[in-house]
Amino acid sequence: MMVTAEINGRSRTWEVTGSESLLYSLREELGLWGSKGACEQGECGSCTILLDERAVCACLVMAADAHGSQVVTVEGLSEPGSLHPVQRALVEAGGVQCGFCTPGFVVAAAALFRENPSPDREDIREALSGNICRCTGYGAILRGLQTLAGEER
Amino acid sequence: MTVRAPARRRVEGGVGESPVRADGVPKVDGTYLYSSDLHIEGMLWGATLRSPHPKARVARLDAAPALAMTGVRAVLVNEDVPGSKTFGLEHADQPVLGSEEVEYWGQPVALVAADHPETARRAAEAIDIAYEIAAPLTDPEQAAAAGSVFRTQWVRRGPQQEQGRVAVEGYYEVGMQDQAPLGTESGLAIPDGQGGVDLHIATQWTHADHGQIVACLGVEDDMVRVHHAGVGGAFGAREDVSLQIHLCLLALRTGRPVKMIYSRQESFTGHVHRHPARMWYRHEADPDGTLRRVRARIIIDGGAFHSTSSAVIGNAVFHAVGPYRCDSVTVEGTAVRTNNPPCGAMRGFGAVQACFAHEAQMDKLAAALGMDRVELRIRNALRTGDPLNTTGQILETPLPAAELLQRLREMPEPPPAEGDDPRLLPGGTGLAASPGKVRRGVGYAIGIKNLCFSEGFDDYAEARVVLTPFGAEVRTAAVEVGQGLGEACAQIARTALGIQDTVVYFDDTSRIGSAGSSSASRQTQMTGGAVLEACRKVREEALRRGGGDRLDDDGVWRDGELVMSLADLCREGNLEHHVRFRHPPTEEPDENGQGNLHVDFALAAHRAVVDVDRELGLFRVAAVDTVQDVGYMINPESVTGQIEGGIMQGVGLAVLEEIVVEEGVIKNPTFTDYLLPTFLDAPEVGVEVVEEPGPVGPFGAKGVGEPPTVSSTAAVVAAIRDATGLDLNRAPVRPEHVALPAPDGAG
Repeated sequence: MMVTAEINGRSRTWEVTGSESLLYSLREELGLWGSKGACEQGECGSCTILLDERAVCACLVMAADAHGSQVVTVEGLSEPGSLHPVQRALVEAGGVQCGFCTPGFVVAAAALFRENPSPDREDIREALSGNICRCTGYGAILRGLQTLAGEER
Repeated sequence: MTVRAPARRRVEGGVGESPVRADGVPKVDGTYLYSSDLHIEGMLWGATLRSPHPKARVARLDAAPALAMTGVRAVLVNEDVPGSKTFGLEHADQPVLGSEEVEYWGQPVALVAADHPETARRAAEAIDIAYEIAAPLTDPEQAAAAGSVFRTQWVRRGPQQEQGRVAVEGYYEVGMQDQAPLGTESGLAIPDGQGGVDLHIATQWTHADHGQIVACLGVEDDMVRVHHAGVGGAFGAREDVSLQIHLCLLALRTGRPVKMIYSRQESFTGHVHRHPARMWYRHEADPDGTLRRVRARIIIDGGAFHSTSSAVIGNAVFHAVGPYRCDSVTVEGTAVRTNNPPCGAMRGFGAVQACFAHEAQMDKLAAALGMDRVELRIRNALRTGDPLNTTGQILETPLPAAELLQRLREMPEPPPAEGDDPRLLPGGTGLAASPGKVRRGVGYAIGIKNLCFSEGFDDYAEARVVLTPFGAEVRTAAVEVGQGLGEACAQIARTALGIQDTVVYFDDTSRIGSAGSSSASRQTQMTGGAVLEACRKVREEALRRGGGDRLDDDGVWRDGELVMSLADLCREGNLEHHVRFRHPPTEEPDENGQGNLHVDFALAAHRAVVDVDRELGLFRVAAVDTVQDVGYMINPESVTGQIEGGIMQGVGLAVLEEIVVEEGVIKNPTFTDYLLPTFLDAPEVGVEVVEEPGPVGPFGAKGVGEPPTVSSTAAVVAAIRDATGLDLNRAPVRPEHVALPAPDGAG
């Protein structure tokens, strides 16, 4: 079937042949490589996207179900050449090592800050508990986002 | 015209600072390309058929049903491997594809290339294969008794009979841990049309991959080029070859680019793991706490193929006593071969297992002596100038063990969790521990880790530094696995050259020699050392050519005046120096495990604070504080990141992470069943460092990646023992070990 959805502000149409995930479509059909596949079970959050403004794991969404919806991936969070405040906060705090989890963290954190511009420590930890980072131990990610929470307060 | 120099300025982004890393912005905006993100027109997808049995004979293998499927371009079996049929990092004992015998669950037996990844996967399933199942050897002690052994290493140092009046004994186990890098194995092989191939791959050591690939393809060295693609974490999992040879075989067979990405489940069988260990210990001491004798027997299970098991058991044996003075030591270490999943490198590399045991023993000894456990450790702390307890090597590197422990003890402990916020209770929101039942425990541990390669290995790293009219280039084949090596090399070059505009390029294997592996905590010291030496040569030559006394982005200066611009300096060609850096040589052990086996060591000490609900068997690791011996911090932010991340992997091993293997079969090869620490599992981490310059690394830097993982597990389990009074002898500690301890209290 043909699926049409608004991806990062643009209407895109592509063919879905079976039960493939939205993550597969984003990466292999639409060339949006920013969302990462790491567990394919919704456990690690590396593929977090905004689907109709909700943060979800793209690996758990069937591509066909995205028909008619609005999708924002890490590539769509900021204009080319600029950074979303969450992106800047993570990179400046050293919250990026291998970076494979980072796009998922960026999208999940952007969703958190849109709902709650000044989350406290436990709010941040809870909101991002669906995103696994294997490199940083979360310390620098937390420091970066706490700085941002402080700025917006 | 002369230009007056501004007041002598220090180059920005040099050593000791934490500049934003060059790969930082591409990683947050999603444009950084990992090996799994590579794509090229007309590429095929590869898939692997794996043995569903840990021990079997392949009775029939017929590729025809797969080849008959639309879109399938090739099916390869062992007969199709043109060169060496086996590969391996240290010993080439692992078949590229299993043919007659399969030796572990998940061993590759055939490969498919197809137009679509799903077609490739289904075609692999369609291959007609029949097995004659045999009984797997899965018990490591049976394997040892049967002589199924990769390496046995003894240490016999000093008197070999009882020494102290107070003795404690213990038996300890460490489970099989997975490195679980978030990026699974993946890569893209592109045939060059002339019989050669370019492989773009996430690895830890491009040149070691290259050597194994050309041997198995049966081609000349220059026919294969291994390119370092973006790496989604490593931690030891990418030291061995996984799909590298397979991708090249498929690309050469089909004449098309081939891409492969392992699923998470496949990744659990596609790389080696941390060796599970069984350890028997006896410590003897004088009543005043002086450690007199340590005796240990260590068995690690190497699984079906050699990988780095020999080096890991060496490390376990030579680090068996920890950072303590002791002049009577006996250790027998054995790495056995079984039909369990192959094990090899993971952060800490043998020292983790040994530390779990020797630190539990030190706590036991303190209890038996009626001494404070930190005081006992300080009393016996190893110092510079001492012989290493196991090998007898006189230790020349700074070893501030006593200082680490003293400072750790003085760090503030976290206050008890207040109120009844379930997010701060053991088990979190889902598991309803009652605040009144929660007890807090505190545990200490200190560990020692060798840095760089040991035991006589010819350990070197190459780097090339080029001064151009536009600035400086650093070229290396070292792999940036996420640790921040690229920025560290740039910082070293900026400081050593005085050139701000410095860019690091990661070259493929055809352009520069090996930098060695991004492992053993070695790259900052080794590749960093090569970069420093090359920079010094480039700077010397620039100053000589320009007749000056200072170099910066403008050019060469003399007495505060610019005497030659970079463009003029490079008029007759760029200034370029290529260095192969070696650390001082090490020796192989003699039959008693004696000798100068190691070039450098680093220490870390940890204090864990854990809240435990004894009834429900739930834990919350509230805090892990640490003091680490780091030599010199090239990049303080990266050092902190290594320490925090390394601690987290240690916490995971202490309370969550274990690959469960039953009769050779992995029962939990998913992130649903293999639990990794999340944000809510993360303790508060307090980090302090001791900077006493070491002898090997640039500016005195010591490797920092592994020490945080060596002793953090031991500290967390010690804290759970402290909270519960249980004699927990196994990592990871599971809820049932605490809620339903064995009748003898052994957990």
